[in-house]
Amino acid sequence: MRYAMIIDTLKCVGCSDCVVACQTENDVPIGYCRDWITETVNGSYPNLELELKSERCNHCDNAPCVRCCPTGASHVGVGGIVLVTANECIGCGACIESCPYDARFQHPDGYVDKCTFCHHRLEKGQLPACVSVCPTKCMYFGDLDDPNSEVSQLLKNRKHKTLAPEAGTKPHVFYLI
Amino acid sequence: MTTSRRKFIKISALGLGAVAASTTAINMFGSNSYIDELVKQNVSKKFKRTATYCEVCFWKCAAWTYTNEDGEIKKIIGNDDDSHCYGRLCPRGTGGVGMYTDEDRLKTPLIRTTVNGEQTFRKASWDEALDLIASKFKGIKETHGAESIALIKHGAPGSHLEHLLKAFGSDTIAEPAYAQCRGPRETGFNLTFGSWVGSPEPTDIRDTKCLVLIGSHIGENMHNSQVQEMSDAIDNGATIITVDPRLSTAASKSKFWLAIKPATDIALMLSWMNVLIEEGIYDKEYINKYATGFDELKKHVSQFTPEWAYGITTIKPDVIRETARAMAHAAPAVIIHPGRHVVWYGDDSQRARAMAILNALLGSWGRRGGFYFKEAAKVPNFPAPAYPEPKWGWKEIGEKYPLAQMGITNEVMKCMLPDKDNKYPVKALMVAGTNITKAMPNKKLLEDAMDALDFMVVIDTMPMDVTGYADVVLPECTYLERYDDIRSATNREPSIAIRVPAVEPKYESKPAWWMAKQIGERLGLGAYFNYDDFKEVIEWQLKEMGTSLEEMEKIGVKNYPRKSGPMYLNEDETYNFPTDNGKIHLYSQELKDLGFDPMPNYTKHPEPPQGFYRLNYGRAPMHTFSRTVNNPNLNDLKKENDLWVNPKVARIIGLKSGQEVWLKNQDDIISTFSIKVRVTERVRWDSVYMVHGFGHQNKELSRANGKGINDTELITKVFTDPIMGGTGMRGNFVAILTENPHKNTEI
Repeated sequence: MRYAMIIDTLKCVGCSDCVVACQTENDVPIGYCRDWITETVNGSYPNLELELKSERCNHCDNAPCVRCCPTGASHVGVGGIVLVTANECIGCGACIESCPYDARFQHPDGYVDKCTFCHHRLEKGQLPACVSVCPTKCMYFGDLDDPNSEVSQLLKNRKHKTLAPEAGTKPHVFYLI
Repeated sequence: MTTSRRKFIKISALGLGAVAASTTAINMFGSNSYIDELVKQNVSKKFKRTATYCEVCFWKCAAWTYTNEDGEIKKIIGNDDDSHCYGRLCPRGTGGVGMYTDEDRLKTPLIRTTVNGEQTFRKASWDEALDLIASKFKGIKETHGAESIALIKHGAPGSHLEHLLKAFGSDTIAEPAYAQCRGPRETGFNLTFGSWVGSPEPTDIRDTKCLVLIGSHIGENMHNSQVQEMSDAIDNGATIITVDPRLSTAASKSKFWLAIKPATDIALMLSWMNVLIEEGIYDKEYINKYATGFDELKKHVSQFTPEWAYGITTIKPDVIRETARAMAHAAPAVIIHPGRHVVWYGDDSQRARAMAILNALLGSWGRRGGFYFKEAAKVPNFPAPAYPEPKWGWKEIGEKYPLAQMGITNEVMKCMLPDKDNKYPVKALMVAGTNITKAMPNKKLLEDAMDALDFMVVIDTMPMDVTGYADVVLPECTYLERYDDIRSATNREPSIAIRVPAVEPKYESKPAWWMAKQIGERLGLGAYFNYDDFKEVIEWQLKEMGTSLEEMEKIGVKNYPRKSGPMYLNEDETYNFPTDNGKIHLYSQELKDLGFDPMPNYTKHPEPPQGFYRLNYGRAPMHTFSRTVNNPNLNDLKKENDLWVNPKVARIIGLKSGQEVWLKNQDDIISTFSIKVRVTERVRWDSVYMVHGFGHQNKELSRANGKGINDTELITKVFTDPIMGGTGMRGNFVAILTENPHKNTEI
């Protein structure tokens, strides 16, 4: 089992529904977020390209945040999901510094928080909250170990990229381009 | 008459204490720890779901409100069976929880009073506030007639107050959704096809091969099912053509982005007609069978070549030809989208006509992938006496606009101004569910009109700016806390959805139906409100429709089979369009007889003078106009608007992204607040752009107050559509001020 998320930048309109759905699903306090939207504009008027996309923890195979955690609170769970055990976290912030995606933040309750791929929902057979609400249906989620899964097929057939590949983290959030 | 100016009251003067509910945030999904146990308990916590439909915008998506065992609203999720949302809400619907939790909500009725010479509000009991309204209404009816009480409304609360006003004998009713929004397109399409566009628009985007958006920005407006269907169309390889001076989100998804010079759209459309006809690639069979006036149209557009349009629109002739051919290639599965907020330059009904004519030439109306024939479920009226016949109303007030199909808000406001020749004096105003000081242009007219009123009531959930002008403010509970009318809207299949309260109303807020009934009973109109709870009305209606409240509470949405015939034209049968002669009108005799152009013409509109930029405005996907800016969840996504400025302009003026600036318009009106610059290539050098709905003046909106600029306050020049009275608002120009013009004044 290797979970992966795919986001189709050709369809994403950057509406932030994924952000607010994550907040309400996971009780993320107002002022914090586990996912967010970025906008990139290239070219000059009127020869322009605009890319909107939803970003979050990349649940890397080679996760610097896990390596640098002094207590083992940051760890890799079932399906390659990178998680933080809150009561083992001392809030030192090393993982926040080490993440090339700026995906982690200090929760007001003292521990470090981030995207969990909504694994509490996965256990019930539900998709992550962000994927389940997206009005453009630009987000896909599934098991890369299954060659017939939608995510495997999309990566096989569509041009795609990952963020900051030069960091060597082997992300598991992919962007169709 | 009030002798002193109706001073805008910042509700903060009241010292209404707000207590933010603290949320426990222990919800971390670590493994192999006691947290895991907590999480499991949390997950297995029983959620109760309650049927509703969203009120954060007019799309009214059906949804489920999830409450936990403690009765707290935790989340709102779309109803899978609903054709408005297909089970997925937009960010505003998902963030609708914040409409309920917002600690700045109106909490009690308020009555204007004077303390030490200062006007302020004081808390009042419901009985006191309702008695006051009833006595004022009675007095105005005796002196001037019930017609002198006007209602400006929007959304679900509006319909309850409309019932009250009509029962009392007034039809002086209008809503910004018409003259400040979609009115012109309804007139333009009605003149052509004999049918309104309506809401949701009957655009068959799901099956289209070519979607043409002219200043319509799907994706920034989150008209839910349309956004979803546009995404499907992208998957299906549909060609998207976007005409917009700004690189909108939709433009960035388009095969063709036509970066048109603002205010020249009609010229482009005339040249598209020219290409379709000159190249013989229009739908000849469809036009022969269903349309009249083709010969006149052909003659009319023969002069409007792509070369002619190039000089006006800056769109190259080969691009005009290529896009016209792309549409013809996809036809009839092509949509020239009618847009929604279409009050731009005052010739808006004619621009809508041009869109309708293009759709006719492409044979898309009544065709798969074009426009489907819509149908709505008929909801029977709850038994009540007939309304009395008013002596005058919205129709008479708007009589100089012959094809106005609804009340014109600005004309209703003008009737409040003191004028001895005014045949239709409006003395009292009720505003329900709309923040008119942001929804309507020409702030001076609004302030003068409200100042002249004998009495004004505002009904809202939030202390919106308009509440500051009221004599009485009534706090409405949010849509998550009340019953409302059954939702029935036109769509592919008729459907109904219900709204059931998930929780009790917070504070002392009440549903609008209750307010209408309470005022009605005090006015002796009890027969019109023959129920204790609005639930009884819905129960009766649902029973009449072959279902029950019990069933609807379980399913939320019920879809019915069509009764009006097929969704698309049956090519083998004759079809009569709902016009006077059963045909599509390419040439409009009706317009001709009224003294208007029977076919659209391009008119040159004013351009910004040196040092000024056209003020364009639009939407952000996480906000609905000015309504949601204080919503804690949605404010978290976007707190203020910014001013989009082209890098060339930024260089000339010396602006940097993030810099604070103020704006001054052509009439020397200066923005109340500042706005941050966003230097971006996405906007043209002759225009600036901002998202509408920001710059709230009421300090009681703790998150929204003072953040960004209210575009509407800079819209002081209005170009009125002579056909239907729409208020064109895209002809205002602004200069960018880098020094604070309010340095020595208190705002």
